Amino acid sequence: MFYREAGDFKTSYAEDNQTFPIKFDRYRYYVVLVLAFAVVPFIINDYWVNAVFLPFLIYSIAAIGLNILVGYCGQVSLGSGGFMAVGAYACYKLMTSFPDVNIAIHVMLAGAITAAVGVLFGLPSLRIKGFYLAVATLAAQFFLVWLFNRVPWFYNYSASGQISAPERTVFGIPVTGAETAPWAAYLFCLVFAVASALIARNLTRGMIGRKWMAIRDMDIAAEIIGVNPLKAKLSAFAVSSFFIGIAGALFFAIYLGAIEVGEAFGINKSFLLLFMVIIGGLGSIFGSFAGAAFLVLLPVLLKNLLVVGLEWPTDLATHLEFIIVGGLIILFLVAEPHGLAQLWRVAKEKLRLWPFPH
Amino acid sequence: MKLKLITAAVAVLMAAGPAMADLTFSILSYRTGPYAPNGIPLADGQADYFTLINERDGGINGEKINVVECETGYNTEKGVECYEATKGEGVLVYNPYSTGMAYQLIPKVTADGIPLHTLGYGRTSAKNGKVFSNVFNYPANYWDGASHAVSHILDVNGGDISGKTIALVYHNSAYGKEPIRTLEELAKKHGYNLTLLPVDHPGQEQKSQWLQIRREKPDYVLMWGWGVMNQVAIQEAANIRFPMENFIGIWWSASENDVQPAGDASDGYKALALHNVGDDYPLYEDLQKYVVDAGKAAGAGDQLGTVLYNRGLYTAMLSVEAARTAQKIHGTNAITPAMMRDGMEALEMTEAKMAGLGLPGFGPEFKVSCENHGGNGFGAVSQWDANAGKWSLITDYVQSDQDIIGPLILEDSAAYAAEAGITQGCN
Repeated sequence: MFYREAGDFKTSYAEDNQTFPIKFDRYRYYVVLVLAFAVVPFIINDYWVNAVFLPFLIYSIAAIGLNILVGYCGQVSLGSGGFMAVGAYACYKLMTSFPDVNIAIHVMLAGAITAAVGVLFGLPSLRIKGFYLAVATLAAQFFLVWLFNRVPWFYNYSASGQISAPERTVFGIPVTGAETAPWAAYLFCLVFAVASALIARNLTRGMIGRKWMAIRDMDIAAEIIGVNPLKAKLSAFAVSSFFIGIAGALFFAIYLGAIEVGEAFGINKSFLLLFMVIIGGLGSIFGSFAGAAFLVLLPVLLKNLLVVGLEWPTDLATHLEFIIVGGLIILFLVAEPHGLAQLWRVAKEKLRLWPFPH
Repeated sequence: MKLKLITAAVAVLMAAGPAMADLTFSILSYRTGPYAPNGIPLADGQADYFTLINERDGGINGEKINVVECETGYNTEKGVECYEATKGEGVLVYNPYSTGMAYQLIPKVTADGIPLHTLGYGRTSAKNGKVFSNVFNYPANYWDGASHAVSHILDVNGGDISGKTIALVYHNSAYGKEPIRTLEELAKKHGYNLTLLPVDHPGQEQKSQWLQIRREKPDYVLMWGWGVMNQVAIQEAANIRFPMENFIGIWWSASENDVQPAGDASDGYKALALHNVGDDYPLYEDLQKYVVDAGKAAGAGDQLGTVLYNRGLYTAMLSVEAARTAQKIHGTNAITPAMMRDGMEALEMTEAKMAGLGLPGFGPEFKVSCENHGGNGFGAVSQWDANAGKWSLITDYVQSDQDIIGPLILEDSAAYAAEAGITQGCN
């Protein structure tokens, strides 16, 4: 009834090509943005930021990055944990080497460094495909984690090999370190998450995104119609690693504050990100957010329901949490192999006809 | 998504409900995940001691203890969630039992004014209370442990170990890297050679490390391991027939879980001890009467008397004693985390005090002060008897080499103070 194209006339190409062509969608999007920027910062506390919003936003950025590579360009990667580590360590080295430079610039530079590393490890993708590429990127995962554990320069020769984020400010307001106000950390990550989503969305529907999708769908056909696989694949690796690097930098500097590479960026992290992308929906920006929300927020929610609400023993609740999340993953993938994003798409199709489907 | 958030909000509001009047202690446990075999006895020991104080004494000086348990799974991200979820309930002290988590909590607890107690783990230089105002690591730390191990080797060799080789098999993480610096300094002093053999998490694959040990034949092997790594290392040592009495683990490689899988082959394995072993204490009679027989034991109730259960018990005992000290200092029974901090800083454990609690000779005597948050660095060596199936202490509590460790602690804490912009001082 409200959700429909009818009556929403577009008079220019720009209007025709906008991300949210339906008026209702557009307003909903603006409302979400206003809520996220102008309402949430005033009502959140430490718990909401550190347990819910920061992990959600940061994992969303990482999932967007991985989605570009896996969902749009079709190159399976298991190296995302390692690339996040590159972002984190690059950010740490920059933060401690140039303390006067704004942390936002460091985070972006960390993304750029990760992009370079990503291109390097993306080179094999020109020769290797599918599962074999996944195994090749696994090498990046293990090599990078080993490197950051092995070479003391990366952790400034500290006795324990841990890196800790010193306090840094944006416009005089601390965003890293223990004195950070919850809203400052939240807003800082939100800006990066929204910017990442906007950039990714516009990249993927432009020429470069279409090249990636052509490579994904059939690389030989893509080459015949004039897509340079070298450029397409490496640019996908670069852009993807850029976002993952930013996520890694935020993960270290804003969210955790202190990190040990093996624990924080192990192979589990690579799998977690891949699951987010698959459950959320391959080749969808919304899917990246949905997948991150599903895998980050659901365990927290279940924990609160079972332990705090029902007062069950913590170990029982944790085991149940694994069972429920695992069961839901299977259920979702059986019911909708294309992920949460496809469910959302189907729901929207239905909504357009509602309440008169015939 | 929105519905989820609303439900979560409701759940969180419900959590904030319980009475704030009690003394709240937290147990950040890991009863699940790869380190669960160690996490369960640690959590049970703490929970049972708090239950005992409530049941037998009606709380600490009449103030009931309220325990909030939160499952971390030894995962730092879940640990953050746990910390944020529980700190609003007025938790008096945190014991995360994870060095990674401790590192992360150090700046947070300092900003929030809540004390953190890392018993035998965490950041060693937190011993310097002038820099780490809210962090305590009494009665001993990793660097003390490294020194204990070396001094035990010195004892065995009649005081001269120059030219001998000591290999360190360590968990390749912040935890495992901690003793390296101290062992290097001690090597300069005593003239032994140090070989470093890192093992990556989780430590199931150690063939190459032990092959190297077999080839290089070090005289002694020290181990900084945790969880499955310990079991594998002891099994591998048995496989290459490394003499077990020359194999010494840190106190986190000292539980029944670690030695039992290797069976008789682990007989004679040595490990450092922060506190005594076994269940031959008057306190255990009370535990049996008020907790176990009353059906209030935590978990399955089958961990009593194990090394890590005793460690949980010891941690909880030290927390309760610190709370009592805080009550005395501030003249009020309803103490806050800030008062608890003062109590921990004035804590003194004497033999008479421990005997009064039903734990005679259970731990070393020590005294905490602002300059010294780490106790006096006393530790002992325990040895596993596979036939009897139990650990026993084979040395007295000895003090670590303070001449070596003291300057290292000052140096490391000064570096942290400079990095974090902390002005050193006692208030």
